[in-house]
Amino acid sequence: MAVILERIEYSPYKKLEPLEIAEKIKEKFPLEAVDVISFRDQVSVIVKRDQIVPICKYLHDDPHLSLDHLQDLTAVDYSGKKDVRFEVVYNLYSIRHRHMIRLKAQVPESDPRINTVTSVWVGANWHERECFDMFGIVFNGHPDLRRILMPEDWEGHPLRKDYPLKGPEKEWSGYVQVVELAKKLKEFEWAG
Amino acid sequence: MLIDTSATTLVTLDDGTKILPPNVIITSLDKVINWSRLSSIWPTTFGLACCAIEMMAAGAAHYDFDRFGIIFRGSPRQSDCIIVAGTVTKKMASVIRRVYDQVPEPRYVVAMGSCACSGGVFRTYSVVQGCDAFLPVDVFIPGCPPRPEALMEGMIKLQEKIRKEQARWSLWR
Repeated sequence: MAVILERIEYSPYKKLEPLEIAEKIKEKFPLEAVDVISFRDQVSVIVKRDQIVPICKYLHDDPHLSLDHLQDLTAVDYSGKKDVRFEVVYNLYSIRHRHMIRLKAQVPESDPRINTVTSVWVGANWHERECFDMFGIVFNGHPDLRRILMPEDWEGHPLRKDYPLKGPEKEWSGYVQVVELAKKLKEFEWAG
Repeated sequence: MLIDTSATTLVTLDDGTKILPPNVIITSLDKVINWSRLSSIWPTTFGLACCAIEMMAAGAAHYDFDRFGIIFRGSPRQSDCIIVAGTVTKKMASVIRRVYDQVPEPRYVVAMGSCACSGGVFRTYSVVQGCDAFLPVDVFIPGCPPRPEALMEGMIKLQEKIRKEQARWSLWR
C-alpha cells in the first residue's frame, strides 16, 4: 500500500513551477547557483561549471524533479557582452511531471572545459560533440569527443563570434581537392 | 504543316525533313537521335534541401514529368542528367562530383535553385558559392525554391540544347 501511495505522490500531477525548481537548486547547491533569470515564464539558472555533473544528477534523480529528458544541450558565445564568455545551456524537461528548467553553466575563454553529462543523459553524447565542434568547448570525460558536423581536419570553431563569416583565408583542403579534380577532368568534357 | 497523306510525291518540311507518303521519312541521323535523346532525359536526383521537395512535386502526378520522358533514376549509371537541387556544402562537393563522374556521357547538369546557382543567401564558411565551381552546369534555374513550372522550363531549355547538338551521341565526337 505504501508503494502505491508513493506512486500517486510522484504522479504527473505534481508539476512544479520553474521558479520552484530554481529555488530547489539554490537550496541544494547554494555555492554553485550564480543567478536566476526569469523571462516570459521561462527560468534559467546560471551555475558554475565545477559541480555541473552533481547538479545534473540531482535534477535527474530527485523524484520530485525527475528531469529525465535532456531536450537540448548547446552553448552561447557572449563575447564582449558578459565577463564569462561561454555558457553551456541545458534545456531539461520532466516527462513524468511535465515541467522544465534551463540550466546555464559558465565556461571561461581562457580554459574552455566542462565535465561531460553523458553519465546522466546518454543522449548528451552527440550534443556535446556538436558543442565542441562549433564552439571548441572541451567536455572532460566524454567517450568520443570528435567533430560531428564539420570535416575532421577543419580549422577553427565556426559559431564563435570571432570566427570570420566567410571562413578562414585558407580554403579547406578537401574542397580544394574537388576543385582541382574538376579542373583536371575539364579537358574530357564535350566542347560543343 | 498539314501533310496530304494521300499524296505520293515528296513533301519537304521547313527544317529540311523530307517525307514520302505514306511511311518513308528522310532526315539526318542527328535529328532523329537528338529527338529521341531529348524525349527521354533520365535525371539522377540529387536533393540537398527544400528544392528537392519542389523537384518531387514536379515529378509527381500534378506536374507529371513523365510526359516529357523525364523519369527520375536512383542510380547515376542509368542517368543522362543530374539535377543538383539545394544548398551545396563544401563537405558535400566531393560526393556530388563523384556521382557526376559516374554518369555516362553524354551527360548534363541542371543547377536548381539559388543556392546551387550562386550559394543563395548562404554566403558563409561552409557553402559552395555556386556548384559551377566544380561541375559543368548546362542550365541554371533561379528561385528559392523554384516552382515546378520553373524546373519544367529549365528542362525544356535543356531539351532545346540537346536538339541543337551535333553528333554528341556518336563515337567520333
